[in-house]
Amino acid sequence: MKIDIGERILAANDDLAAGNRELFAEHGVYVLDLMASPGAGKTSTILATIDALRDRYSIAVIEGDIASKVDAEKVRAHGIPAVQINTGGACHLESAMIRRAVDTLDLDALDLIIIENVGNLVCPSDFDLGEHAKVMILSVPEGHDKPYKYPNIFQVSRAVILNKYDTVGVFDFDEAEFREVVGSLNPHAPIFPVSATKGDGVDAWAEWLAERIEAVKEGGSA
Amino acid sequence: MHEAGIAAGILKTVIDAAEGAGASRVNTVDVTVGELTEVVEDALHFAWGAATDGTIAQGSKLEITMLPARSRCADCAEVFGHGRYDGGRCPACGGYVVDLLAGRELRVDGIDID
Repeated sequence: MKIDIGERILAANDDLAAGNRELFAEHGVYVLDLMASPGAGKTSTILATIDALRDRYSIAVIEGDIASKVDAEKVRAHGIPAVQINTGGACHLESAMIRRAVDTLDLDALDLIIIENVGNLVCPSDFDLGEHAKVMILSVPEGHDKPYKYPNIFQVSRAVILNKYDTVGVFDFDEAEFREVVGSLNPHAPIFPVSATKGDGVDAWAEWLAERIEAVKEGGSA
Repeated sequence: MHEAGIAAGILKTVIDAAEGAGASRVNTVDVTVGELTEVVEDALHFAWGAATDGTIAQGSKLEITMLPARSRCADCAEVFGHGRYDGGRCPACGGYVVDLLAGRELRVDGIDID
């Protein structure tokens, strides 16, 4: 006997993501899902972004890692609330994990939540968390050919941060080719060259983010 | 690498539908996967075998239809098929504003049960 179903495979995750999205809208808090490889500088970029925006906005961080709480401790040492999620082997975050983490935060007191996804250029791109935007970081030493190899993550990102930009001469990184390929995959995503640990380029990225935080505070969809 | 999670998602839907229909076993499961997702067909077959072990869907065949990507140009309304790298620009008018119509599907279409 044949039965028609016609249901999304990730329906359970997508439904929870929709619930998260409603919750974030209700409280006027902008949520960013930051994705990158291990070692691309996610935590450094988050700390630099916090420094650029903490005078204007109240910020919290959700740290996703397979194990350990070192990232959450770094963020807390910076004076910012941080929740650590340990996925116990899972290669990406899912909506249910985000909901449990968010329930420990005071959403009314927050303007921005940055989610640091598990270091991985593949799986996080297929999972909706209810965030306002996914943004990815590629670091210069990873090479300008990564958009050829991991196109999906470049396509789902609203912006691309090119981190460790101060090393661009050392690593033979072809920025023109990188921009051309990213542009063909995702013509609307701006590329922000940043050196997170030195602070260079952080302002342009932070302003892009601030515009979107403002839109959500005012009740828009950003 | 997340095919195990995808397989678990399919299995939940399949078990709900099969048990709801009073099935004794699941023979085949039809799913549609867009080519722009990160799902690898072989890995999904492997994950399906592991996920269904000991369930009503054990031994069932997963029929995967890979769906090519299609977009529509917002300027000239041209609808065109494309791969991962050439979907950002309309081949008819060169416009950059395009809406993705298909390619990111992850859908359970139906099941065959006894």
